[in-house]
Amino acid sequence: MSDPRCEEMRLRLQADLDGELSPAEAAPLAAHLAACDDCRETAAQLGALSARIRAEATRHAAPAALRARIAQAAAATAAPTLAPAPPPPSGWRRVLGGPRERRRLGAGFGVGFALAASLALAIILPGAGDLPGEVVASHIRALQPGHLMDVASSDRHTVKPWFDGRLDFAPPVKDFAAQGFPLLGGRLDYLDGRAVAALSYGRDKHVIDLYVWPQDKPAPAWSGTIKGYNVERWAQDGMVFWAVSDVEDEQLRRFVAMWRAGA
Amino acid sequence: MPRTEALSSTFEQVVLPHLDAAYNLARWLVRDPALAEDIAQDAMLRALQHFGGFRGDGAGADGGARAWLLRIVRNAAYDAARARGRVREVPLDPAGEDDAPGFDVPDPAPGPEAMTALRQDIARLDDAIAALPIELRECLILCEIEGLSYKEIARVTDAPIGTVMSRLWRARQALLRTQAAEAGR
Ligand SMILES: [Zn+2]
Repeated sequence: MSDPRCEEMRLRLQADLDGELSPAEAAPLAAHLAACDDCRETAAQLGALSARIRAEATRHAAPAALRARIAQAAAATAAPTLAPAPPPPSGWRRVLGGPRERRRLGAGFGVGFALAASLALAIILPGAGDLPGEVVASHIRALQPGHLMDVASSDRHTVKPWFDGRLDFAPPVKDFAAQGFPLLGGRLDYLDGRAVAALSYGRDKHVIDLYVWPQDKPAPAWSGTIKGYNVERWAQDGMVFWAVSDVEDEQLRRFVAMWRAGA
Repeated sequence: MPRTEALSSTFEQVVLPHLDAAYNLARWLVRDPALAEDIAQDAMLRALQHFGGFRGDGAGADGGARAWLLRIVRNAAYDAARARGRVREVPLDPAGEDDAPGFDVPDPAPGPEAMTALRQDIARLDDAIAALPIELRECLILCEIEGLSYKEIARVTDAPIGTVMSRLWRARQALLRTQAAEAGR
């Protein structure tokens, strides 16, 4: 990184990774990356780190009792018997009790609220060496708003180059829109201790995630159901593939068969 | 009171979905679960109280509600930590920030020997992030976990965008150094 051009590229490279660059700003970076091994290496490192953090760093879900207390306070704001909103802070102490009282409040209230997907996520933590569980947890995490795609495109000629410089391998990208499984986009993810490619496909209202990474050791075809999600694994051309979705298993098997046969 | 009701239902639609994000940020800032819960609750109540003044004019699909709430959480966390004398003022001079101890983070308890390799891996990553100085850690969490834009992170942390970018860079370089050191062990 002694080249002053490289110094200059660092923050631009990071901004690209964070999705902050316009195509016009990204063009000089792409040109530099094509010519500079050091910066390509840096980009791959940052990409893998980012994928690892997003996949593995703990996302603390709010305790259910806290959620209940807040929902209760919000509902109380609308209750006609209370003073008009926004109420003075002292009113809130009255509703919620003093600091020491507060944590106990949740239990008694039958406040209805939908548990967020992220709350369910806390329960489905990947177990030790439990790759199928890890794959399903990753899929569920990806279904949260804003997490599904780093590059949203139905054009495989857009999705495939997007992985260049972000991964140390080139994942195959196929589209099956004609067969009713359109490509939605791709993202970096982190599985089995490494950065992997994740491709998302649509099937009616459902999403199929396909994870791909290189693997030398043989991976016999495997399928199963975990937490209600169907999972299929196979190996092909020196890569291992994991498909996961809540579509019916017959649908998922069709998808896998197309992938294995399709050019 | 139709106006009040509309206001409240909007709070539930606009702000309440970000409760997990609020609690997560609080946990990453102070680490103590009970304190984090208090901070998240105070922040949500402040948000509820000031929701009438919130204009959905921010960027993003949610009209900036997430960043608006997280800014309140961050302020509540700094207030709480300051009240406990556990944080010193973040230096205005960006130089030397690397050495700022920030929040007094207790050493995490060592995991049981039987901990699996994967869990150790995750714990190591969490520990490495937790060990970052507060001003680097908050930028990293807001960017990687909460998915905020640079502009939103700048608003939440009260820092210029250029400072956000350099803090993110330093946070990531520190984590890469930790990873490399672990891999070399
Ligand atoms: Zn370079």
